[in-house]
Amino acid sequence: MELPPKVKNILLLDSEGKRIAVKYYTDDWPTNAAKEAFEKTVFTKTQKTNARAEVEVTALENNIIVYKFVEDLHFFVTGGEEENELILACVLQGLFDAVNLLLRGNVDKREALDNLDLIFLCIDEIIDGGIVLETDANVIVGKAGINSVDPNAPLSEQTISQAFATAREHFTRSLMK
Amino acid sequence: MAQPLVKKDDDHDDELEYSPFMGIEKGAVLQEARIFNDSQVDPRRCSQVITKLVYLLNQGESFTKVEATQVFFSVTKLFQSEDTGLRRMVYLIIKELSPSPDEVIMVTSSLVKDINCNIEMYKANAIRVLCRIIDESLLTHFERILKQAIVDKNPVVSSAALVSGLHLLKTYPEIIKKWNDEVQQGIHSRSSLVQFHALALTHQIRLNDRLAVSKLVGSLTSGSVRAPLAQCLLIRYTSQVIRDMSNHGQSGERPLYEFLESCLRHRTEMVILEAARAITELDGVTSRELTPAITVLQLFLSSPRPVLRFAAVRTLNKVAMTHPMAVTNCNIDMESLISDQNRSIATLAITTLLKTGNESSVERLMKQITNFMSDIADEFKTVVVEAIRSLCVKFPLKYRFLMTFLSNVLREEGGFEYKRAIVDSIVTIIRDIPDAKESGLLHLCEFIEDCEFTYLSTQILHFLGIEGPNTSDPSKYIRYIYNRVHLENATVRAAAVSTLAKFGFMVESLKPRITVLLKRCIYDSDDEVRDRATLFLSVLGGDDTVDTDKDSKEFLFGSLEVPLVNMETSLKNYEPSEEVFDINSVPKEVKSQPLAEKKAQGKKPTGLGALPAAPSSGFDGYEKLLSSIPEFAAFGKLFKSSSHVELTEAETEYAVNVVKHIFDSHVVFQYNCTNTIPEQLLERVNVIVDASEAEEFSEAASKALNSLPYDSPGQAFVAFEKPAGVPAVGKFSNTLTFVVKEVDTSTGEAEDDGVEDEYQLEDLEIVAADYMVKVGVSNFRNAWESMDEEDEHVDEYGLGQRESLGEAIKAVIDLLGMQSCEGTETVPSNARSHTCLLSGVYIGNVKVLVRAQFGMDSTKEIAMKLAVRAEDVSVAEAIHEIVANG
Repeated sequence: MELPPKVKNILLLDSEGKRIAVKYYTDDWPTNAAKEAFEKTVFTKTQKTNARAEVEVTALENNIIVYKFVEDLHFFVTGGEEENELILACVLQGLFDAVNLLLRGNVDKREALDNLDLIFLCIDEIIDGGIVLETDANVIVGKAGINSVDPNAPLSEQTISQAFATAREHFTRSLMK
Repeated sequence: MAQPLVKKDDDHDDELEYSPFMGIEKGAVLQEARIFNDSQVDPRRCSQVITKLVYLLNQGESFTKVEATQVFFSVTKLFQSEDTGLRRMVYLIIKELSPSPDEVIMVTSSLVKDINCNIEMYKANAIRVLCRIIDESLLTHFERILKQAIVDKNPVVSSAALVSGLHLLKTYPEIIKKWNDEVQQGIHSRSSLVQFHALALTHQIRLNDRLAVSKLVGSLTSGSVRAPLAQCLLIRYTSQVIRDMSNHGQSGERPLYEFLESCLRHRTEMVILEAARAITELDGVTSRELTPAITVLQLFLSSPRPVLRFAAVRTLNKVAMTHPMAVTNCNIDMESLISDQNRSIATLAITTLLKTGNESSVERLMKQITNFMSDIADEFKTVVVEAIRSLCVKFPLKYRFLMTFLSNVLREEGGFEYKRAIVDSIVTIIRDIPDAKESGLLHLCEFIEDCEFTYLSTQILHFLGIEGPNTSDPSKYIRYIYNRVHLENATVRAAAVSTLAKFGFMVESLKPRITVLLKRCIYDSDDEVRDRATLFLSVLGGDDTVDTDKDSKEFLFGSLEVPLVNMETSLKNYEPSEEVFDINSVPKEVKSQPLAEKKAQGKKPTGLGALPAAPSSGFDGYEKLLSSIPEFAAFGKLFKSSSHVELTEAETEYAVNVVKHIFDSHVVFQYNCTNTIPEQLLERVNVIVDASEAEEFSEAASKALNSLPYDSPGQAFVAFEKPAGVPAVGKFSNTLTFVVKEVDTSTGEAEDDGVEDEYQLEDLEIVAADYMVKVGVSNFRNAWESMDEEDEHVDEYGLGQRESLGEAIKAVIDLLGMQSCEGTETVPSNARSHTCLLSGVYIGNVKVLVRAQFGMDSTKEIAMKLAVRAEDVSVAEAIHEIVANG
């Protein structure tokens, strides 16, 4: 057993089991075909369960998988069979809450695809090479969901176009409210 | 509140399956990536393009080397933009592209600039990227700023540096070890994640220093670490220290147990679980130590969170294997979990209950399971059936109940694996519990009346043929068997014919009736069925002289003496000719590889990539190789080839290992040599063997290796003559002699003049086990009983003090070089006695069976009672001699 808790992969699949964003941290699945096969097994095995209220858990091929679904999105975090389930669940919850915050509560496939860059950054901030980097959703969002302009940077340093973009962003947002 | 970086147009609202990545294509995106080179960078568009690139990679698309390089170079230009969002995406794509070392130089200065700036987000990410792509020289160069980052007051920066350190430690341990002082400061950080990362890195740095680890743990268990993740780590380190201490003979109170126990009262469940699990996994844990852990796990069982219930029941399930009594307190909570929504939890609960249940609760439990079985997947059912099988072996008195249950589930719908598990269980029960035989066989008979799996039908028919004739009323099975001849496919029909014949042979009163039935089968549409029927008719119709009786018995009930795999390959290699196929030419060596591979696959695929055995190194390969060498062709049939024995240390100039080939009156050493020096070419490579310590051997022939270029292995051979059929032993010392020629590595040409040189190799031994071939038997009991009891040799030996029974058993197996049967080489932990069954074929083709009983007393003294049966009495004596001298 590797002593520091290790996450083997994070999967975000849609309601048909297709990839939205995935990240693997070990060589357990060396090829893309092996990865897809694993995703398919995981998806089929968990498909019929109800993981909407609580984080659910199952064992598969010497791995422990925790998962949670919302709308047409399926979140999975995989660890080794010796791993502490609650640590994996904590990672999953961090990811889930962070995505929820980033998408401002509209968590579905379409929003996720529209903001895929944020999802990628989010995953990047939670796990680094299999090691848990951060699990607090607010901190993750703070790091991943940066505005297009750094709020710390003084206004004078913004270019005209950046300033314009920010203004438009604010404008559309206020319209949408 | 965060706002999204890229805001796409919402024009596609009405499209049904809208995706911004629909129809996206690599070529087009690579084209788009050219905007990175524009003099005026448009951050929003560039971010979008990077997202698309990452998306492509994420979907499994790969870039060619050229494409990746191109993208990488254009991406580096984006460092000139100060847009934070874009910069974040740039970091991401660089990590995804993992550029080669010569490209890395392009971005290091930009990254270092970011590390030195005062925006934390830049700092942290630039560190992570830099450490991902850095090489040793750059690492020494930037060591100072990385060390600084570790003690940065911002936790995000500090964590980034520590985690990067953890990754780098694997490749550059020497450099990272020097960071120790900075890293240790992190353990006392106020940020919980920094604590966690610092602790992990501190421990990894000291990994090989047991004393330092135990000091670290000792100083921290007093309570300075508070973050849950760090606390979990500390628990893992603590149990490691406890394990080390017990390995080194320090017994008595476990000093750190108190710390583990205190963690059971931590405020977070994560830590409680970690501690509970650590306690249950302690070596030789006492029930007093277990109790507090079991109590918290019991509380978890009724938690509303599935993860918690799962974790608890999984841990208890493991405990139940070694300490069933400790878990019985949880039985009531566990029973309520049988109806858990989460099927993984329900199955674990059931199997735990089956392990802990006592004789009186079995019936009640089975009722609950029956209701549950109908709505779980096959995979879970199989697990349950296996648990029931072991339960039945534990409580033989309850077999009736369990057998009924099994026969009921056998009738229900189910896939092959599930049915096979049930059939296997019934077969095991029949074998172990004589009373269960008749009812069990009838259940199986009913099953084959309506079985869709040919494999299972034939297995059951075979089993019926062996067990059926010995029952009180064999005739009642005939109907079931003969029905198969009418209703099934050819494979099953053939199996049914064989089974009928066995009944006819064993039960005299049935013989006339069986003959009638078999006569009907000679008009079958299938060759094999007709052939078998004809054959058996003549066996049954033959005169009842004792001689043929024994032959027919051997013919019908004897097991095939060669492994099926070897038989198959030999038959495939056999070319139709005048010469008749000789079964004695089939090698008897059991190839244990497939099993090992299976295990490796299940465990970790990394093992597979590591060492795929060269196809030529198998027994068949050796046989071909040796018979192709004229000097050795006359030695006759190869009896056995050993596995590789290394004669050099790893990473020496010349790597040599040897394979020992045993013939009836010869021994051939095959030296596999590899030259690991690119600047050298070796010629006339020979091995000089000194056999002065091996009196019965005399050198017969040798074959030198003409040329041994760099990195392409070659073989030299030396053959010895020895008395025929005698298991002579001895020690040989080896020296490699050769002519070295310098090679110009740029042209690959060797100089004309060479220098003679020699290289000392390690000694090599021929031991008794080299004369034993591992041959398994399918049914040890049958094989054992078929050998003459008169020839049995029994003796007792003291094996002295050993760490464990398993170790002693392994030593005996290695000494004898025999195949362990029926999985008896594995010893349940904590067992104080064990019986191991071994089989093999000794030189001269003598079959040998060994039953070794081991016992261990409180001082770990091990005694062994060894019973040997062999076709030749002298061989049985020889085996005892081996053990006595070993």
